[in-house]
Amino acid sequence: MTRPFTPKVVTANLLREGDVVYLTASDEWVGDLSLAEVLTDEADAAIRLIDGSRQTDRVVGAYLADVRQGSGGPEPVHFREAFRATGPTNYAHGKRV
Amino acid sequence: MYQYTDFDHAFLATRNAQFRAQVARRLDGSLTEDEFKPLRLMNGVYLQLHAYMLRVAIPYGTLGSDQMRVLADLAERWDRGYGHFTTRQNIQYNWPRLVDIPDMLDRLSDVGLHAIQTSGNTIRNVTADHFAGAAADEIADPRPVAELLRQWSTDHPEFQFLPRKFKIAVTGSPNDRAVTRAHDIGLVMTERDGERGFEVIVGGGLGRTPMIGKTVREFLPQADLLPYCEAIVSVYNQLGRRDNKFKARLKITVHEHGIDEIRARIEERFAQVRPLFSGVDQALLSELEAAFAPPAFLDNTPAPILDPLLRSFVDTNVTAHRRDDHAIVTISLKAHGATPGDATADQMRLMADLAEAHAYGELRISHEQNVILPHVRREALPDLHAALRAAGLGTANIGLASDIIACPGMDYCALATARSIPVAQAIATRIDALKIEHEVGHLKIKISGCINACGHHHVGHIGILGLDRAGVENYQITLGGDHTQTAAIGERAGPGFAYDQVVPAIERLILAYLDLRHSPDETFIDTFRRLGPAPFKAALYEQEARDAA
Repeated sequence: MTRPFTPKVVTANLLREGDVVYLTASDEWVGDLSLAEVLTDEADAAIRLIDGSRQTDRVVGAYLADVRQGSGGPEPVHFREAFRATGPTNYAHGKRV
Repeated sequence: MYQYTDFDHAFLATRNAQFRAQVARRLDGSLTEDEFKPLRLMNGVYLQLHAYMLRVAIPYGTLGSDQMRVLADLAERWDRGYGHFTTRQNIQYNWPRLVDIPDMLDRLSDVGLHAIQTSGNTIRNVTADHFAGAAADEIADPRPVAELLRQWSTDHPEFQFLPRKFKIAVTGSPNDRAVTRAHDIGLVMTERDGERGFEVIVGGGLGRTPMIGKTVREFLPQADLLPYCEAIVSVYNQLGRRDNKFKARLKITVHEHGIDEIRARIEERFAQVRPLFSGVDQALLSELEAAFAPPAFLDNTPAPILDPLLRSFVDTNVTAHRRDDHAIVTISLKAHGATPGDATADQMRLMADLAEAHAYGELRISHEQNVILPHVRREALPDLHAALRAAGLGTANIGLASDIIACPGMDYCALATARSIPVAQAIATRIDALKIEHEVGHLKIKISGCINACGHHHVGHIGILGLDRAGVENYQITLGGDHTQTAAIGERAGPGFAYDQVVPAIERLILAYLDLRHSPDETFIDTFRRLGPAPFKAALYEQEARDAA
């Protein structure tokens, strides 16, 4: 029996600035996870990761991150991705500004 | 202090220009990320969780006021107003943009600072006793030797692609404040029949396989130091495991081959290398010893200390200087609830100003993530303390439970498996609320956010290791570690604790110690050594013990 596919988003860091970004359905890179394209099909996710990874002039280290659908859009499943989405917890830095 | 020569300045300018061109080629697409990554790492540039990170070397932890001011400038101009001092006496900037880093490096080079070999499989920043040149208990200032090693290892053509990173620490004191036994090479200055030399320790390291270094030479004459180190690194370069990153450090090489075989190979290589060192290194060392001559100390007559706050500060943050009328002052970057090791640009500038006013313009960074003014006139202590307090830098907690080492952890680090900083903040805040840390006395708590152990948790009296357990932060506690000349790896106490259970667990440990100790003179580690782990484990897992009863 195949395991159910956990929805994903494509995420990376901006090449010039280093900021955490997410790929939207219109191929934009945005800092707000809630605007990211949610990929519910494994094959689609693999293709979108290739799409994102090709943009080597804009981003570094693209990968797929697990998300779940929340009331305001996709939310991180793992705490690491939660910190990436919102910034460090010791200061109001990053996206906490 | 060592002053850069024309050669040094030219070397750095060339290197920075080279890196500026590499960044430009990466941005215009001429270099792929795979091609660029090793180049940026050679220049101290990481890509971390939220942003790039620039790690700047502070050789053997020594800074001048002018250099500290430039570190402040970088924080303010290109980062977010602060820097993070690390357990290897470096400073890290957490938010630089890649496009700005060449400018940051150029600014650093104005005052003889750089980020070369702060990453990559090379010989990293050579660290030293943070009280070097000032301590009452040292044989001699180890920094000339550290500088010699820095010059030898920087851009050494044979050692730019070692099996793994390589760390050297040196101390001039028998009281080891440089964690020499947890380094690939640890050098402990010693004397034999009036001759100066070093006990040479190899194969120490923390990380996923912690090991205390083994003595490979009881006494190495100082004149043989450089060729002997070259022999060690050469043997490692040949034998080190390049097939497995997790077994590639020298400690594994020593463990797998045995110290006797490693010693024989080093001696064999040393015999080949030694004749190649014609004495130029010793001539340079003589020049370096002159460069590190102590400042022209000013005689002074300190007044008796009556202010209780100042007395408390002196009790914890002041260490005996080689001169009675001077003191070593450690400035805590561990205000209760603050991020360990962080200093704002304003704080850096203030420390630079205070060093200039009261301490001959010298500062040091400790591996314990604090800042030291190594030569303070004792008569200046009241003014110094008042200025520090006004800037939030007057916390009197050096060596106490809230003087916690913490790596950046998952708040910043891409390798981390859990957070460190908030745990340290919460422990320090709780300890402050209980008002017990002065009663508890000397206690080293060290926190790492992953098994790479940048927070030195293995050698903490209480070590805390943050892990990811099925998608949840979980913290293992180790007990009985020791980073000094009696170095020891702490032993795991038992099952880990959830994030919100760590602080209560540490509180139980500390309160148990207060119950268990013979007297206030018996420190936590002494009590642990006398009783063993059982009563401490009972305190940690009291609920489980009750459930089992």
